Amino acid sequence: MASFVSAIWAILRKDIAAEWRSRQLVTAMLVFVVLVIFIFAFTLDIDTLTRRQIAAGVLWTTFAFAGTLGLNRTLASEGERGSLDGLLLAPVERSAIYFGKTLANLFFMLVVEIFTLPLYAVFYDMSLAQPGLWLVLLLGSWCFCSVGTLLAAMAAQARSRELLLPVLLLPMALPVLVAAVRASSAFVNGLGLEYAQASLNILVVYGLIMPALGFMFFDFIVEE
Amino acid sequence: MIQVSQLSKRFGYRMALHGVNLRVGRGEMVALLGPNGAGKSTLLRILAGLAQPTAGRVQVAGCLLPKQAAAARAQVGYLGHQPLLYDELTADQNLEFFARLYAVPSAQARIDELLVLVGLDHRRREAVRGYSRGMLQRLALARALLHRPRVLLLDEPHSALDLQTADLLDGVLRAEARAGVSILIASHDLGRVGGLAQRAELLADGRIVATLPKAKLGRKLPAHYARALEAANG
Amino acid sequence: MASTSLDRKPRLLQVLDVLSALLMLGAIYMVFFYAPMERVMGQVQRLFYFHVASAWVSMAVLIVAAILGIVYLIRPQHKWDIWAVACIELGLVYAFICVTTGSIWARPAWNTWWTWDPRVVTFTILILVYLAYMLLRQGIEDPQRRARFGAIYAILAAVTVPLTFFSIRIWRTLHPVVIGSGDPSAQGTFDMTRPMLHTLLFSLLAFSIFGFTLLWHRVRLGWLADKVEQLRMKALGR
Repeated sequence: MASFVSAIWAILRKDIAAEWRSRQLVTAMLVFVVLVIFIFAFTLDIDTLTRRQIAAGVLWTTFAFAGTLGLNRTLASEGERGSLDGLLLAPVERSAIYFGKTLANLFFMLVVEIFTLPLYAVFYDMSLAQPGLWLVLLLGSWCFCSVGTLLAAMAAQARSRELLLPVLLLPMALPVLVAAVRASSAFVNGLGLEYAQASLNILVVYGLIMPALGFMFFDFIVEE
Repeated sequence: MIQVSQLSKRFGYRMALHGVNLRVGRGEMVALLGPNGAGKSTLLRILAGLAQPTAGRVQVAGCLLPKQAAAARAQVGYLGHQPLLYDELTADQNLEFFARLYAVPSAQARIDELLVLVGLDHRRREAVRGYSRGMLQRLALARALLHRPRVLLLDEPHSALDLQTADLLDGVLRAEARAGVSILIASHDLGRVGGLAQRAELLADGRIVATLPKAKLGRKLPAHYARALEAANG
Repeated sequence: MASTSLDRKPRLLQVLDVLSALLMLGAIYMVFFYAPMERVMGQVQRLFYFHVASAWVSMAVLIVAAILGIVYLIRPQHKWDIWAVACIELGLVYAFICVTTGSIWARPAWNTWWTWDPRVVTFTILILVYLAYMLLRQGIEDPQRRARFGAIYAILAAVTVPLTFFSIRIWRTLHPVVIGSGDPSAQGTFDMTRPMLHTLLFSLLAFSIFGFTLLWHRVRLGWLADKVEQLRMKALGR
């Protein structure tokens, strides 16, 4: 158990250290998100009230696409064609690799979210001082990364993998996006926990089942 | 240290390995000779725990594969076609990361020792991205040796190496063998590994077709071995 | 399975061919001549029988595909993969029939071809998920890896599709609940008479038997394609 946790921690630290030196991935994701915010705000020429109503939808669509960018990249850094060989050679459980990579992806996604939320607050006139919203962001991103890392590891071993990942991931992640949008929207519009409860339940269920499946199946994905 | 009997590996409808038998004893250095596509890499990947055998018995460092794969991986050093290093990290950071994964005791001392051994001590704080091919291969060698493996698996380690690095590699391998490490080197070039290995196994089309003892590893191969190798290569 | 049994069509399958043809003809007859015309919806309501039957068969075979996925991961034998692919292809075809008939029915019932109702969206997403399954398989050359990834993906899909349904249902639903407790706010609801129920049950039976027959044919096709591939490898001297 100790070695399991320390392997996860080592992989997470390694990915963050590598990203800190190049800052390529997070920069690309940030620029992408900012661009999309501008394009949405500009092309959807709407009044303030509607703008606030659709804010959560815009927020999550953008994060989902940015997250897909990140997922494609973090596996590409592991050997040719994302083979993960360097990690697979080590005497650590395969599932520790899965959790390490999932947490690294989650970290990058959260960094992007933290940096871009103020922009959303300005453009879509929403208040960020909502602990509920932060909880949804954390939960939703966790769900997204847990399924995304699993599918990215599969897509990495197929032809045209960069194209394949969004096609595999987005329909599978739809319950996460729908529930996260509902819950965020509830908090942003000040409707409170009661209105968000059902959506939060779905996120919790998804956020427990997906990592469990990843834990069980990652062996099968990386074995040859 | 390596015991393989009747090992077969199937990829879809294609048999990559056919009933391979192989033994490498303690401190023994064995060359695995064969043309591209003979199954050398597949055999090494199975021994390293990167691929699963379809049939047969595989034992590495006293551990049965695939059951005790994790324990076996702790004893195996593997040097493949790719250096398996992270471009953005420095040599130091790369080795520190792998030391953590392998839970190497007193890691810092071991890293210092290896960086001196492979002659990268003065550039250890540089990102690997800027390294030359030879430097990458030397650092990859350090990565493979980091956890003091009892079995070393090398896949075409001499390809595209400068003379200096190749000599360094040969020296390190001899020292490791003397220290009791079992070494298996895959190569398509007898001239390169002939002087190093104590024995060579000829692999062709997924089968071991001949074994060359040390005495026959000189520059001139006896006619029937040459024919076997030629047939294997052609 | 012995190769000789593949070359000839099994007796039972021949029987099933005839039986499913008769059942489908019977179902069509019942839909048009036995079942009465529904008072409010009119003729278009007759779509309902095949709509429900195709929805049922597609759900059933997709769940079977996920179970086959679990079986494959425990015991990796090629036959499970062939069955799983057949199930998913069949499920896709039936899901497509279901969405199409639903859409045609929705036009007079809800005055639109398309609504964002949970059931409608879920079935559409389901089609997208399993189309992605086909793309994933196409992109992998090694048959064992293809089968393994297919198995995992089918299991993941079986988990996420119901969650998609629940996540969307938190929005208000429009789709009528014909069997069981009806939602009073749903539009297009109707009461089923006895002949209607008979027709529905017969359609379910006919679609299930027909579906199974198609499945079997698809599995045989899978085996034959496999054999061709093996012969090709042999001919190439591998």
